[in-house]
Amino acid sequence: MNREKLFEVKDLRISATNDDGEEVPIVKGVSFDIHKGEVVALIGESGSGKTTISLATLAYTKPGLHFAGGECQLFGKDVLTMPPLAQRELRGGNVAYLAQSAAATFNPAITINEQVTEAAVLHGRLTQQEANERAIELYHALELPDADRIGHRYPHQVSGGQLQRLMAAMALCGKPDLMVLDEPTTALDVTTQIEVLKAFKKVIHEENSAAVYVTHDLAVVAQVADHIVVLYSGEIMEQGSADQIINHPSHAYTKRLMEAVRPKPEAGQGVELTHEHHRDIDNIEVKDMTAGYGGIVDGEPVIPILKDINVSVKNGHVVGVIGESGCGKSTLARVMAGMLPPARGDIILDGKKLEGDLHDRKLEELQKVQFVFQMADTALNPKQLIGNIIGRPLEFYHGLKGKEKHAKVAEILEMVELPAAFASRYPMELSGGQKQRINMARSLAANPEVMLCDEVTSALDSIVGANVIKLLTALRDKTGVSFVFISHDLSTVASFADEIVVLYAGRVVEQGPTDEVLEPPFHPYTRLLISSVPELRIGWLEDTMKKREMAVGIARGVEITARGCPFYNRCPLAIEGTCELKTPPTLELERGHQISCHLTLEQLQEAEAEAQKILLGYEKLGQEDPQVHVP
Amino acid sequence: MMTRMVMQRIGIGFATLIVVSIIVFIATSILPGDVAQIVLGQSATPETLAALRAQLGLDQPGYVRYFSWLGNMMTGDLGISKAGGATISSLIGGRLGNTLMMAGWVAVISIPISIALGLWAAMHPGTWLDRIVTFGTLSLISVPEFFIATVAVLILAVELRWLPSTAYMTGDESFLQLMKALAMPLITLVIVVSAQMIRMTRAGILNVMSSPYIEMAILKGVPRGRIILRHAFFNAIGPIINVIALNLAYLVSGVVIVETIFAYPGLAKLMIDGVQTRDLPLVQACAMIFCATYVVLILIADVGSILSNPRLRNPK
Repeated sequence: MNREKLFEVKDLRISATNDDGEEVPIVKGVSFDIHKGEVVALIGESGSGKTTISLATLAYTKPGLHFAGGECQLFGKDVLTMPPLAQRELRGGNVAYLAQSAAATFNPAITINEQVTEAAVLHGRLTQQEANERAIELYHALELPDADRIGHRYPHQVSGGQLQRLMAAMALCGKPDLMVLDEPTTALDVTTQIEVLKAFKKVIHEENSAAVYVTHDLAVVAQVADHIVVLYSGEIMEQGSADQIINHPSHAYTKRLMEAVRPKPEAGQGVELTHEHHRDIDNIEVKDMTAGYGGIVDGEPVIPILKDINVSVKNGHVVGVIGESGCGKSTLARVMAGMLPPARGDIILDGKKLEGDLHDRKLEELQKVQFVFQMADTALNPKQLIGNIIGRPLEFYHGLKGKEKHAKVAEILEMVELPAAFASRYPMELSGGQKQRINMARSLAANPEVMLCDEVTSALDSIVGANVIKLLTALRDKTGVSFVFISHDLSTVASFADEIVVLYAGRVVEQGPTDEVLEPPFHPYTRLLISSVPELRIGWLEDTMKKREMAVGIARGVEITARGCPFYNRCPLAIEGTCELKTPPTLELERGHQISCHLTLEQLQEAEAEAQKILLGYEKLGQEDPQVHVP
Repeated sequence: MMTRMVMQRIGIGFATLIVVSIIVFIATSILPGDVAQIVLGQSATPETLAALRAQLGLDQPGYVRYFSWLGNMMTGDLGISKAGGATISSLIGGRLGNTLMMAGWVAVISIPISIALGLWAAMHPGTWLDRIVTFGTLSLISVPEFFIATVAVLILAVELRWLPSTAYMTGDESFLQLMKALAMPLITLVIVVSAQMIRMTRAGILNVMSSPYIEMAILKGVPRGRIILRHAFFNAIGPIINVIALNLAYLVSGVVIVETIFAYPGLAKLMIDGVQTRDLPLVQACAMIFCATYVVLILIADVGSILSNPRLRNPK
C-alpha cells in the first residue's frame, strides 16, 4: 500500500497494577501502522487487549492501567508523551472515539446537536455555526430520519440504531484524522447492524478518513476492514490484508476465531432430544395471551405489546424466541414468569392454570419456572458471595441449610462447569462468561422445569457465547429442563433450539420446528432476519443490500399497530388494501409449522424461488467482478 | 406526562398534610389531661371542668373537634393560647418571622458555598484539598450541633470576644447590629447544614463521573471543569436538590437546640415552651407549620427533580 502513513503503533506495552502492587502486563509489545483512508481492524475475544490498544491512540487508558512502554505516533509525534493539554487537543480533535453502546455514551441531559458539535467547536476546528451545518450534512449522509431537526432532540428520543449513527456523526464532525470504533455494532440487532455498517462504510469512504475498528466478529470485519490485526492476550498473532486473513489465515488462533463465527442460520443444526426426558407433553403453555404495560383498561393493556400469543413448550424442549428489539420477546418471558400479569389469556404449567401475578403463585409453581436475566453484571448482587447467591434459592425453595446446602452449591457449580472454590468469591472477581454461568446456576438451584433465558449470550463474545450454549445443551440432557431461549441472534437460536417462535411487533408471525422455520417457505420477516446475518465473506454487505427485502425492510423500525399485519410497511410482498387492514390468517403447514400471512403458500414459495434466482444472479456477478461497491 | 407527574406529586403532598393533621390532632388528644384541667389547675371541680369543657367545645366527639380545628386553621384562625389567652397567630407571627429570617440567611450563605465546595472537591478527587473537605465535612456531620455551637461560643465570644454569645434582639436595631446578633447561630447553622450538602454534591457528581458518557467527554478532549459543570452537574442535580430541601426544612423545624443555646426567639423554641406549659393548641399549630414546611420543600425538590430530567421534560 503506497498511501501515506498516518499513525504508527510501535512496541506498545500497557500494564495493570494488581492489589499486591505487582505489574501485570496487559498489552505486550504490539506494533502496527495505519495509513490514510485505511480501516484497520483489531480482532480478538474479550481480554485480548483490543479496546485497550485502540484507546492508546487517544493517549488514554482505563482507570487502573498505565502505559509501560512503546510509542503511538501520529504524524511521527508520540502522543503518549505529549503534555496533558496537547493530549486533550488530540482527543476529539485529531482522533475521535466511537464507543460500543451509544445509549450509554450519550449524555441524557444534553441535546444531541450540542454533543455532536462539542468537540469540533471546543478544539477550534469549526465555529458553532459551521459545526451545526456540518452536523446536518452528516445526518443526511448517515441517512438519519428528519435530519434537519434530529439534533434538537435528546438521546432518549431516538432509537438505538439512530444513536449509533449519531455517534458516528459526533466522531466525524471535527473531521478527525483517525476514528476509533469500538465494537460499534455488537449490541445491535442484525437488521440494525446492517444499516449502521452500511452508513459507516459510506462515510468512511466519502471522508477518506482512517479508522481503527475493534470487534470480535470476523463476519463484520470482513465487510469493513482493509487490514486486520489478530490479537490474543495482548499479543499480535498475525496481521495482514483483509483478503489474506479472511481467505488464507495462517495462524491457528485466527482459524479458531473463524470457527466461532456464527454459522448461517440453516436447518439441520438443532439436536432433537431423544433422551428419556423427552416427552411430547406440554410443559408450559401460553394461550390467547395479550399483555402490555401501563395498566389494563376494559381488558386491554394501555400500552399494548403482545397480542393473541399462543406458544407451547414441550417437556425437555428448547423453544427459541427471536425478533428485533421492541418486538416483545422479553415481555413474553416476563408474562410466563408472572412478572407481568397478562390482560387476557392463560398461562398453563403442567396442565394447570397459573395465576398471572407471581405474588399469587404457589411456592412450588415459582420454583418450577425460573428466569435468567440478560445482564449477569446487574442480576448478581455484587456484595454477596457466589455461595450465598446460589444458596439462597436452595434455602428458599428446598429448605437446605448448613452442610447440605454447601454440598449442593458445590454440585451446582460443577454442573455449570465451575470449580467449587468459586463459592467463596464475589461476582466482581469473575469474567463475563463465568458470571453468566453463575447467573444460570442460581436458576438451576431452584431445580426448575422451565428456564426462561433472556438474551443470555448477547453480551458475550462469540467464543464465550458458544461455550454457554454448549453448557445449556448439556444441562438439558442431564436434567430434562425445558428452555425458552430469547435472542435476537438467529444463528445461536438455530444451533440450539428445537422449535422457533418468530415474534414481530408483539405477534407470532411464524413458529414451528427449527428445521421447518429455517427452510422455505418463510414468512417475509423471517426472510429479512435470515438475510441480515452477516457472512464471513468480503463483499457480503454490498450483495445483501441489493436484495429486495433489504430495500424495503432495513431502514424502518418495529411499530406496533392496532390492526392489520404489523410488518406491512417493511414487507416487499405486501398486498395493499389487505395487509394493513386485516389481521393475517394462519397458514398451517407440516409438523405444526405456522405462518401468519395474507399470502398463500404458493405465493410464498413463488416469491422464494424468485429471490433465489436474483440471489444466484448476484453471486455470479460477484464472481466476475469481485470489487462490488455500495451503489 | 410531566404535568401529570407534577400534579400527582402535589396531590400526594396535600394528602400527606391531611394525614399529618390527623396524627397531630390525635397525638395531642391522647395526652393525659385536657386544656380545661390545665387552665383550672388545682381549683378544678367537676362542675367547673364540665362548664369550661362545654364552653371550649371539648365535650363534643373527636371528629367534630377535628374538623372545626382543621376548618379554623385553614382560615388562618389558629385559636387562642389556652395558657396565656393571647391568640396563637400573634404568638407565632413574630417567631415565624425570626425563624424564616434565620433560615433564609443560612440558605443564602450555605447553598452557594456548599455547591461550589462540593463541585470543587469533585473536580480534584484524591488531592489533599479534597481530603480536607471530605474529612472536615464528615467530622462536622458526626458532631452534634450543640457541640459546634458551644465551641463557637467558646472561641468567638469567650476567648476572642468578637461576637455576643446570645442572639438577643430588641426589634429596632440597625442591619449591622442585627447581623452581629445573628452571627453566632448563623455560623453554627451554616456549618451544620453545609457539611451534608457539600458531601452530597461531591458524591452525586463523582457517582455520575463514572458513567460512560463522562468517559466519552474525556475522550472528546473536554476540559475537566466543563465536564463537571456541563456534563455531570445536570445529571446529579436530583439528589442535590433533595438534600438542600431537607436541610432547609431542618432550618425551620429542627433548630431548637441552636435556638436554645443562643436564646434566639424562633418557632422551634416556642413549640418546646408550648409543650412545657401544655399549651396544646400552640403545639398543634407549630407542628402543622413544621410539617407543612417539610411537605412543601420536599414537593419543590420532587418537582425540581422531575423538571431536571430531560426524559420527563421531553417525552418521546
